[in-house]
Amino acid sequence: MDAPMQTAKPDRFLGLRVAPLTRRRLDRFKQNRRGYWSFWIFIVLVVLSLFAEVIANDRPLIVHYDGGWYFPVVEVVPETDYGGFFETEAVYTDAAVQELIEEKGWMIWPLIPYDYRAPATDLTGPAPTPPDANHWLGTDDAARDVVARTIYGFRISVLFGLALTVLSSVVGVMVGLMQGYFGGLTDLIGQRAIEVWNGLPELFMLIILAAIVQPSFWWLLGLMLLFSWPTLVGLVRAETLRARNLDYVRAAKALGISDSTIMVRHVLPNAMVATLTFLPFIATGSVTTLTALDFIGFGLPPGSASLGELLKQGKENLQAPWLGLTGFFVIGAMLTLLIFIGEAARDAFDPRKTML
Amino acid sequence: MSDPGPFVSTRGLGRVFDVSKPWLNRMIEREEKVFLTAAENVTFDIPRGETFALVGESGSGKSTIAKMIVGLLRPSSGTVTVDGVDLFAQGDLAGQTALRRRIQMIFQDPYASLNPRWRVGDIIAEPVRAFGLEADARAIKRRVGELLEQVGLSALDGIKYPHEFSGGQRQRICIARALASKPEFIVCDEPTSALDVSVQSQVLNLMRDLQRDLGLTYLMISHDLSVVRYMADHIGVLYLGRLVETAPRAALFDAPRHPYTRMLLDAAPRLDAFGRTAETVVGEIPDPIDRPSGCHFHPRCTHNDGTRCVGEAPERLDLGRGRAVACHGVEEGRIGEGRP
Repeated sequence: MDAPMQTAKPDRFLGLRVAPLTRRRLDRFKQNRRGYWSFWIFIVLVVLSLFAEVIANDRPLIVHYDGGWYFPVVEVVPETDYGGFFETEAVYTDAAVQELIEEKGWMIWPLIPYDYRAPATDLTGPAPTPPDANHWLGTDDAARDVVARTIYGFRISVLFGLALTVLSSVVGVMVGLMQGYFGGLTDLIGQRAIEVWNGLPELFMLIILAAIVQPSFWWLLGLMLLFSWPTLVGLVRAETLRARNLDYVRAAKALGISDSTIMVRHVLPNAMVATLTFLPFIATGSVTTLTALDFIGFGLPPGSASLGELLKQGKENLQAPWLGLTGFFVIGAMLTLLIFIGEAARDAFDPRKTML
Repeated sequence: MSDPGPFVSTRGLGRVFDVSKPWLNRMIEREEKVFLTAAENVTFDIPRGETFALVGESGSGKSTIAKMIVGLLRPSSGTVTVDGVDLFAQGDLAGQTALRRRIQMIFQDPYASLNPRWRVGDIIAEPVRAFGLEADARAIKRRVGELLEQVGLSALDGIKYPHEFSGGQRQRICIARALASKPEFIVCDEPTSALDVSVQSQVLNLMRDLQRDLGLTYLMISHDLSVVRYMADHIGVLYLGRLVETAPRAALFDAPRHPYTRMLLDAAPRLDAFGRTAETVVGEIPDPIDRPSGCHFHPRCTHNDGTRCVGEAPERLDLGRGRAVACHGVEEGRIGEGRP
């Protein structure tokens, strides 16, 4: 809502104009130190993981060779450029290629010079190897570096969780708004349909569907969206049922404002608080489900970095406890951070506190 | 006024609510469908620029009628015609949409009828934006300022939120919002019943001034007879969804004909009868789901003849000079013009 009658200097947050109520909520969120710090730690971790290619990669960040600059992380450089024999991309972990480059230049490696898919070539013993100076958390049973896999796995879990949360809340909020606002037969049919849908055993359906198609990231997102959208419907529907009988909604109807405008501008803000409070917990649930699917082997395609797959390896290699423990602590920390953030958001939106 | 016909008229307006249990419960418990008749055969006219008041006890269907007239509810039977356009007829969608802008409503509770998340300026601008009445943001802002000043507030109040105002000021904001779409007919659902007595008269005076200046037509819903006496030109008395008496203000207050109207007036506290023992109203309004037969008022009526009143619903009887009564006693001459 633009406010043309604004005269005082508006309160701004990140350049956006904020209403006093929003300001109070922001302050309240900050007051919950645990949630506030969890939020920042989580943001830092997510941003870092978004640049996972720069942190953990088996290609050097920068190669200076014979006066030329190369950035193998973002470009494909054939071995012939470094004076090698093959016209395919240079394999930088190969000692021969390394020697070629060192002759006429130098290269800078990422912090963790291992890929999450390719087996490491410098193992000290049979995989999985325990943690050492090169592999800080050891390697898994396919000789892949656990740190690298954890970083990529964290990224895919978080992105999957966020994408599923956003998509399922968009669908859920829309359906809930329609059911609550129009009520009557729309509501009745919608509610019964959702009850039947919720009665389907989600995990088994996912396993069956995953057996028919080879799941990719987007396939899994779509499949899980099919079962996760009803989460918010009940909540939004209840808020809408309450809001549609508020006098100011009736007043807007009597004024002749269109149904869609009333839904979005008068009713939705009432449901928004409950929805926003719920989002971190939906994200937690999504991450857990993805991990569970990966753990039982019906999740992301083989070879992808995934925390669930790491747990599975931990189960299969009890002699290598670093696998299971890493998976456990990373998932535990991620879910804990999300829960703390969720609690702080819940406090911030608590109407009994904001009305002070 | 060049237009001789009534500006607003209702003919046989009725609304029945289905309050039955779900189908399965009815089948198992062997119950019939249950209907609540909130309004039945309501017929009245409002001339342009005048105020018509509907009075009645709680549950008499006042608010249902108001909602039907602004289009929040569809009537089960009958018609509402405003300026020659039938509000609920099929086919005339364009005319009805155009008409909607000219009909506005003021609600009972000024605390609930303003969205607490919006600035007052945005609340008042909403109908202006919705109907595209002003060209740009600057014109809307100017119009909002005008409206605020028209209802006795400052144009600078537009940046405040509703909770920063008192009840009377909020009702002024509601009036400003209702005026924003330049309406000709305003339905007021108990506009002052939520306000302090000291503020009521200010709001009523404002409404009268606006009526004079803008030529507005009002339909007032109220159970407060003093408010009705102050505001209304014509009054309709509702009992269990039926209009039992309509009359001009003076005639109704000086010489009520229907026994129910008499009972209502006698029960109201009056300044000129200080020290008098107010006659208590006999009985309570019956259940609108299970209404008495014949004349709905017969169980509480002192003129009940025991046969016709119990068995036959009274027809609306036109007494001339804008009066109409639905009562067998009046029709048969058993109830005279004088006060008993």
